[in-house]
Amino acid sequence: MTGRAPDRALVDDWHVVVDRSWLTFGQLYRTKLFGAALQISPDVDGRARVSLSATGAVLPSVERYGLVFASVGRPARDVLDIPEARESDRLIVTGGSIGVGVSGLRAVENFLDLGHLPFVHADILGDEAHTEVEDYDVARAEDGGILVTNCRFFQPVASPSASGGIMADYAYRVFRPFTVGLYKTNPKQPDRRDFIALFVQPVDEERCVAHSLLAYVEDGLTAAGVRAFMQLIFAQDKPILENHVPKRLPLDPRAETPIRADKSSIAYRRWLSELGVTYGAIPA
Amino acid sequence: MQQDLRALWFPVASSGDLPLRHVYQGQLLGLEFAVWRADDGAVNVWENRCLHRGVRLSIGLNLGSELKCQYHGWRYANGDASCLYIPAHPANAPARTIRNRVYRSVERYGLIWSAIEPLAEPPVIPELETAEPLALRPMPVAAPASRVVEALRSYAARLGAEAVEPAAEVPPAGAFALRASWRRDGEVEAAAFFVQPTAARACVIRGLLLGDVAEAERVATLKAHNAALTALREEAEAADAREPDAAAAVEEAKIPLSPRVTTVAGGERAASGEAIRVRVARKWRVAADVVALRLEPISGALPPPAPGAHVDLHLPNGLVRQYSLTNGPAERDAYVVAVKREPQSRGGSAAVHDAVREGDLLAVSPPHDNFRLARGGGRHVLLAGGIGVTPLLAMAKALAATGRSFELHLFARSEEHAPFADDLGGLGASVQMHTGLDPTATGDCISAILADRADDAYVYVCGPAPMIEAAVARAEQAGWPDSAVHFEHFGNAKAVDDSTAFEVALARSAITVAIPAGRTITDVLREHGVSVPTSCEQGACGTCITTVLEGKPDHQDVFLSKAERASDACMTPCISRSLTPRLVLDL
Repeated sequence: MTGRAPDRALVDDWHVVVDRSWLTFGQLYRTKLFGAALQISPDVDGRARVSLSATGAVLPSVERYGLVFASVGRPARDVLDIPEARESDRLIVTGGSIGVGVSGLRAVENFLDLGHLPFVHADILGDEAHTEVEDYDVARAEDGGILVTNCRFFQPVASPSASGGIMADYAYRVFRPFTVGLYKTNPKQPDRRDFIALFVQPVDEERCVAHSLLAYVEDGLTAAGVRAFMQLIFAQDKPILENHVPKRLPLDPRAETPIRADKSSIAYRRWLSELGVTYGAIPA
Repeated sequence: MQQDLRALWFPVASSGDLPLRHVYQGQLLGLEFAVWRADDGAVNVWENRCLHRGVRLSIGLNLGSELKCQYHGWRYANGDASCLYIPAHPANAPARTIRNRVYRSVERYGLIWSAIEPLAEPPVIPELETAEPLALRPMPVAAPASRVVEALRSYAARLGAEAVEPAAEVPPAGAFALRASWRRDGEVEAAAFFVQPTAARACVIRGLLLGDVAEAERVATLKAHNAALTALREEAEAADAREPDAAAAVEEAKIPLSPRVTTVAGGERAASGEAIRVRVARKWRVAADVVALRLEPISGALPPPAPGAHVDLHLPNGLVRQYSLTNGPAERDAYVVAVKREPQSRGGSAAVHDAVREGDLLAVSPPHDNFRLARGGGRHVLLAGGIGVTPLLAMAKALAATGRSFELHLFARSEEHAPFADDLGGLGASVQMHTGLDPTATGDCISAILADRADDAYVYVCGPAPMIEAAVARAEQAGWPDSAVHFEHFGNAKAVDDSTAFEVALARSAITVAIPAGRTITDVLREHGVSVPTSCEQGACGTCITTVLEGKPDHQDVFLSKAERASDACMTPCISRSLTPRLVLDL
């Protein structure tokens, strides 16, 4: 493994390494996890086989939701369970895998951030006439992670099925250091919530691949339409994320300048400190 | 041991790198700068990170007088880089402590010079003062600066010319500046080269050709130098790749990831070591009983003030007093303050009038800008009472420089009592004098001025307390909203009640402290390692203004407006206290 060894909690966990649909029989797909080169190819049964390029050692891996999860340690728990993915009236699609030259922790924090929507996603997920971030709630989830609830934000085009601006209701859940989910009002069925999960693959401390999984309440949506929308959004985030200095996430709440709207990111950074996560971070 | 290059001045950009509304990314010793020119001509060299989340400001927008971050739309002011606007909380003014790091800079010889921690003034090179030098194309080289300086020693030979004298250092510019001279077609030509170490093993050669080059020969001349410098680059890069010389690499500076709440450049009380040494370059009378002081820095450059800002001036008798700066937007080489002799002086104005002489050394704090111009605005009405004209003069100059509409009304006992008549005369018809009016006539005159109100108009008042009270009352009668009326008091004459005891919780620092009777919030917080910047410490200047998240403050200041007071959303912790057992502050 090149570079610094990752923290134990990260080693013994699952990380998405590739979208299953990218794999072709007979071809090696190459990527990196925690700085270690991996090669992935489907075996004769169609099961993805993930191994370390340096030694050939086969890593534990699991396929779920159209994504391939692997671990460089001994996973202490199962891959994240997503109940929404089992609801039959939802369209379950992977939204693309985007390489970003920044710490994966910064990518998670950006996903949690409401304040950038009017600027980075202008006229889609926000607009400059509605920039206020109203107060919302942040709490620790009972079974680990962080719950962010009661977020309300004006959005001109909240999703691929939107036909006009709405006050979108958002809730977030940080499940694991590199895994975060978003529950947001469906523009056509306000009592249902679309779900988007972001699985961030730490390529090394300053590079990541953001893999998204969408569980939309199906209503005239196509997989291609949903993917195009997600990729537009990620393409807007990527250049901003790649202009963060430093590329790693500082965990000292005073290293940057948090404001009230950043309650969720303050909680995230504090939680990472408590977990002892230092990979991709500048410890407090 | 390597020389500490952070103390030296280097060019970080060419003047031509800063076209209208552009933001240029400069580099020095591994640090990045956002370099931009405001519409008033001033050049800003800032740390290239938005304070909020560290996004590069060089990808931001230059709005002419502000720089806007692309990520969350935070806006920073030309000059002192204070944050003016945080769109996520549009109703709250940003905390005074949110101010980006400004590097000292000067534009000279077609180059923008800066330094990370300068110990001396930017170099003045006499030979460049007289001529209009022709700038060569900046040449980036992927090799350590010291290696490139060595290669430049044989520049004449590289040009295919005969050296007139050996290439030598340019004295005030340090070890990374060389002067080369050679003879061509019988004529002596010379160039100064400044090598800017951008990173440990990278630099930029910035050359200036000395002496006149005929128009017709410019292109051929530039081409010849470009060819020589390109060859030098290739050679230096190849040599460094072949045998990398570790000792030649320059030491990079660290990205300053410092706690912002407690250590804000220019925000700390001057007494805690942030004071800037200045020399009284000139002392002169600007009106009856009023003298002005021109304060020039002993070394380096002064932090640029925002219009309306004040400084804490440390006087020879140990007193510290606040005085507004009259500087216009492009006046950055000295601070100018004016002081009126107060008959009931507690020692401040008497010291300035009687004890301070030209040539004396004094100390000032970096500027505090709590009396600010509104952003935008169609009409700005400035109402000055006597010596209260000082901050308004700075504002008027800034408004005039950006072509915005304003009128300055100066109320004075007589023309003899109107300070800065020359400066005011220069502002033309926008300035009106009102002399010899009694309090009632002054009030009526203000009512007449404020009779017409537009939605995008603002009023600024500075003068004696009775005049401010009258102006605020008259503005209210005329239907001006509280938010459009800005004022600054000379001091707080009200009696202070500090008998209460209560608890203060800091939301961001996650600590709670008890404030006993007889002690101020800022004092107690300082003991716990959270220093809130203060200046007057009597609730007059607004430097310490802090957002209140919970609880009801007991306002004892004269800085906040009626609406701000009623909202309980902010307070001045240097003097104000709490009506509730607990206050939660955004610190």
